[in-house]
Formats: sequence, C-alpha cells, structure tokens
Amino acid sequence: MNIAPPTLPSSPLPSSPLSSIPLLAVRNLCAEFRTRSGTVSALENISFYINPSETVGIVGESGSGKSVLALTIMGILDPAGHVTAGEILWSQSAATLNLLNTPEKVFRQLRGKDLSMIFQSPRTALNPIRKVGKQIVDVLRCHTQLPPAQLKPRAIELLASVKIPDPAQRYEAYPYELSGGLCQRIMIALALACSPQLLIADEPTTGLDVTTQATVMNLLKDLATDRQMATVVITHDLALASEYCDRILVMHAGHLIESAPTAELFQSPQHPYTAKLIAATPEPHKGFNDLAPILGNLPDLRRSDLPPCRFVSRCDQATDPCHNQPLVNTQVTETHQVSCWHPLGGPQL
Amino acid sequence: MSRTSTPTLIFRRILAALPSIVGVIIITFVLTRALPGDPAAYFAGPAASQEAIEQIRETLGLNRSLLAQFFIYIGELFRGDLGMSLTTGQSVLSDLLARLPASLELTLAGLFFSLVLALPLGVLAATRPGSWIDHSVRLIATAGVSLPTFFTGLLLIYLFYFRLGVAPAPLGRLSLLYTNPPAVTGLFLIDSLLAADFGTFWAALSQLMLPAITLGLFALAPLARVTRAAMLGVLSSDFIRTAKASGLSRRTILFGYAFRNALLPIVTTLGVVFSFLLGANVLVEKVFAWPGIGSYAVSALVASDYAAVQGFVLTMALLYVVLNLLIDLLYAVIDPRAGVES
Repeated sequence: MNIAPPTLPSSPLPSSPLSSIPLLAVRNLCAEFRTRSGTVSALENISFYINPSETVGIVGESGSGKSVLALTIMGILDPAGHVTAGEILWSQSAATLNLLNTPEKVFRQLRGKDLSMIFQSPRTALNPIRKVGKQIVDVLRCHTQLPPAQLKPRAIELLASVKIPDPAQRYEAYPYELSGGLCQRIMIALALACSPQLLIADEPTTGLDVTTQATVMNLLKDLATDRQMATVVITHDLALASEYCDRILVMHAGHLIESAPTAELFQSPQHPYTAKLIAATPEPHKGFNDLAPILGNLPDLRRSDLPPCRFVSRCDQATDPCHNQPLVNTQVTETHQVSCWHPLGGPQL
Repeated sequence: MSRTSTPTLIFRRILAALPSIVGVIIITFVLTRALPGDPAAYFAGPAASQEAIEQIRETLGLNRSLLAQFFIYIGELFRGDLGMSLTTGQSVLSDLLARLPASLELTLAGLFFSLVLALPLGVLAATRPGSWIDHSVRLIATAGVSLPTFFTGLLLIYLFYFRLGVAPAPLGRLSLLYTNPPAVTGLFLIDSLLAADFGTFWAALSQLMLPAITLGLFALAPLARVTRAAMLGVLSSDFIRTAKASGLSRRTILFGYAFRNALLPIVTTLGVVFSFLLGANVLVEKVFAWPGIGSYAVSALVASDYAAVQGFVLTMALLYVVLNLLIDLLYAVIDPRAGVES
C-alpha cells in the first residue's frame, strides 16, 4: 500500500482540484443538538467543497447527519441545533461569505434565490391550503423585481419548465389535488424559480414510486445541466447516487468518512463502511443472499465518550489507534479522501 | 375528488341537523315534565284551593296523558307557538325574541374582546416557546379560567364602578337616561350606529364593557391555548421549513402561511366557546342585571315554567345548529380541502 502519509489529526482544509474557487466550501463544521436527554453530536469536523455546476451525492444511512448538514448550510436548522465550530463559505460573483456569520437579513435574500432546497415527501412540503401557483408567486415576489402583472405568467412558465402538463390549470390546484410526483415537480419549480446556483435535494425521491423516481431524477439532472447549476443529492440510496452524481460523499454518524468521484469510489472504496455499503446495495445481478447487511447500529451520539472513529464498533479491522487516537484524514488521490486508520487500499493503489 | 358547492353543503348540514333537533325536542319535553314541582300549583299561587289548582291543570292541558300533551306541543311548535310563560304572562316566543339580542350582544362582545387578546398572545407565545412571554400568557389564561365569572364581575364592578367611578352602574343594557335605539338587529351597538345616535352608542358601549370583559376573560384561556398549540404545530411542519428555505420573510411565513393553517383548530374552539358562553353567561347576566335569555331560563326553571324552559332549550339547540353551520362554512373558506367528498 502506498498511501499518502497521514496528515495532521485535524481534518485538512478541503482543496478543490480545479483552479477555480468552489461555490461552496464547508470547513471543520461541527453541530450539536441540546436535548433533555443529553447533547447529540450531530456533525463533527465536516469538510468538503462543491464546485459550480457539479452534482454531488451525500450518502449515508438514516441518522448519519445528512439532513442536518443540509439544513445547516441553508441556515434553517431547528432552534435546538447549534453550530459549534467551522465555517461555510459561499462564493459568488467574486465575493465570499461565511454563511455562519452572515446577518439573517442578508442570508434570507440568498435563500430560495441563490441556494435552494427541495425536500422529501413533497405533498407535506407544500402549503396545503394555498394554490401551488401562488406559492411559486410568493417566492418570485420575494426575490425578483418582476412587476405584479408578470408574476403569474412567470409562475406558469416555471411550471411548464418542469414538464407539468396544463401548467395554467395546475397553477390553480391545491397540493392535495396533485400526485406525489407532480408535487415534487412543483417543489422543483419553486426551488428553481429564481435560478439558484446550488440546489440541495434532500431525499427528493423518497415516497415516490420507482418510475416517478426516475423521471424526477432525470428532470433534476436535465435542469441542472441546462442551468449549469450545482446540485447536492442527499440520499440513502447508493445506487441512485451513483447513477446521477459526479462525486459522492459518504457520511456515517455525523462524520464525513470518504469522498471520491463516483467511479473511483465504486472501484476502490477506501473506508470499510463504504465497502460494506456497496456490498449491501442491490444490483440486478445480485440475489438476495448476495447482499451483505452491515451489522450493528449507529453509536448513540449522546454519549460523551464517543470513540474518535464512530464506526469502530461495527468495523472488522479496528485496532487500538481506532479506539483512542484522533481520526486521521488521508488523501488517497488528488480527489479521493478517507478518514480511517486502515484504508482498504485497492486496485488503483 | 370534487369540491362541493356551498348551497349543497348548507343543505346537507341542515339535513344532518334535523335528527338532533328532533332529539332535543323530545328530551326537553320529557325532562320538563319530569321536573319536580307542580306548575299548576305554582301558577295558582300559595293560597289557591285544590279545586282552583285542578281547574288550572285542566286549562293548561296538564291532566292529559304525556303522549297527548306531546302531540299538542308538536302541533303548536309547527304553528310557531312556544306556549305562554307562566311567570311573565307573555308568549315565550316574544320573551325570547326580546331577550336573545341582549345575550347575543353580550356574548359577541365578550368573544370579540377575548379574540383580540387571545390571538396575538397565543401567536407570541408560540413564536417564543419557553420565554417569559409564553409563561405570562399561560399565567393570564389560567387566572382567567380559574376565577369564577361572578367573582371577576363583582371585582370589576367594585374597581371600576365603586372605587374608580369610571364605569356606569351595572344595571342592564342602557342607563335610564337613554331610550333604546330603534330596533333593527336588536344589538344596541349596531342599532344606535344605524340611527347615527352616538350618545346612545357610547352609553350602550360603557354598559357593555364590564360584563363583556368578564365573559371574555373566561374565554381567553381556551382560545389562547389553542392558538399557541396550533401555531406551534404548524410552525414545525414541513411546509414552513420549505417557506423558510425559500427565503420568505418572517411576516409572510408567520401570518400568510402559519396562521392561516392554525386557524382551523382556532375556529373549532371558537364555536365551542361561543355556544358555551351563550348558555353559561347566566351568572354574568345576573351580576350585571343584564336582560338576557340566561337569566330568563334560570328563573323559568326555578318556577317550573315548563314552556319557557322548553323554548329556551330549543332556541339554544337551533342556535347551536346555525353556529355549527357557520363554522363549517368558515372551514370551507379557510381550507380548500374541507369541501372535498371523501
């Protein structure tokens, strides 16, 4: 194994392989929830970057901190959640903002305009007693200078752009009158109303049937390509991420454990967890018995004595340093990072 | 799925209310006959002979079988005749019609006062759960509901009439210096405004103030608590998160999105509180010498004045049906899903 020498215990600054400045750079982000039964360490030392117009998948099982990460970036984390360290740098038109200390007044103007988000269960994510068209108009009125008379035509245009049949008629519909797939298209139209540069899609296909899933994802992909928009797809479905994403970040129990271009990740996963995730992912040629479940559960994140590596109790290769030494980040290749004392190595190395 | 048209909705509601009205008619009839006390004896007076009592019993039809009495009662009901009150000597219908507006005006004013306080307080408490505002709202609401209305009423009279002298004497709807405004709606505030008689308006308003506040304080607790709970529930829902992620302003989120959704449980509670107040404001009516139907019903009950009691209960039942109809219609205005056939 000729792995690059372990770097400093704290995670290295994310470096974009491209010479351009990343659109979004998250550095050493830590967040916790203070609950009655203890403090939950929801995110620890998360660092990554998103380049303009690339599609990045964030993958991990439920409770790994994917959604918390997304909500933190959007600045709409529940009041019980607190960011305790780190920075979120947003670079736009030659200026860089740290979103964590951006005044709410300024941040609010970015939200829904420059960075947008869509959610799972689209039917509940829309206001149940407001016409869907009006909800798009609300966003347009908030972020654009369009004269009032053009708001409705523009909203209908947006509905048409997400391939909704009869957009003028659908403008007058309420969410309960539409199918889940249509609601998710409306969510997409709403999120893209002001042509954002980054779209975070949090489990965009959960709750939709399989064929609708594919159409929604293809629509997202096409729209992102057309508009040169960066997209973050948050999912627990590794197969879905591999199909649509240029790069994949793998999260486990509030840690970002591996990031790599999609092909590289699948060819030579470095983190034992990633390897196990891939082995547990159904594929057409795999039978039920070929799927290897990952034993154990996520550790209780309220514990005060969490081991440095939160996968240690589920890992086959754990040794002493995994239990008591600070986690190391290893740069496997220029674009491939892993947080593990014992990366797996693999065909490319 | 299709949205039901409003006339269909109204028609269906009225149809659905018919069985309950029939039930109310039967039950009140049976109950008033089962009341202790002999109306004939009461009507004849303490000095009447047995013969006189029997004679009265016969004129009132009380010597017939219950079933016969019931059919006579139903027949009279269809002719719009609620019978004669034994205590006032007037027809029950005219008694109720004269007194209902007073009760309605008092209840509406009390409800208005309580809404004006409860909605902002509930919203404030919900946007800052656990803060001092939240705790004070809870304190005010609990105090309002735990103080009996007759006590609050007497306290207000003591403070504002007796000690401070800013309120008029608690003697009914209008002080003797003024004449009733020409009756249009029966509500003095509205009638005096219609007649452009501002002096009477102010006089009626100042008479109404203390009893309305007394009633309103009582209704404050359920309304403020429901507003708080509904707002808290809505504010943590998915579509509010979407609205936040869309960068909508705090005011749009709070009032355009959250409050309208929270209105549904608030309106439900409003209906319950309203019908409750309408019947239960008898204590306030007694304390403030308010000529409403609550005090009328209580004196009728004490006097075994069965026709008046029956008339009162029937009126309340009809009011209740109308109220529920209004609330259903309000639902349909607020929530497009309300009119959907499942």
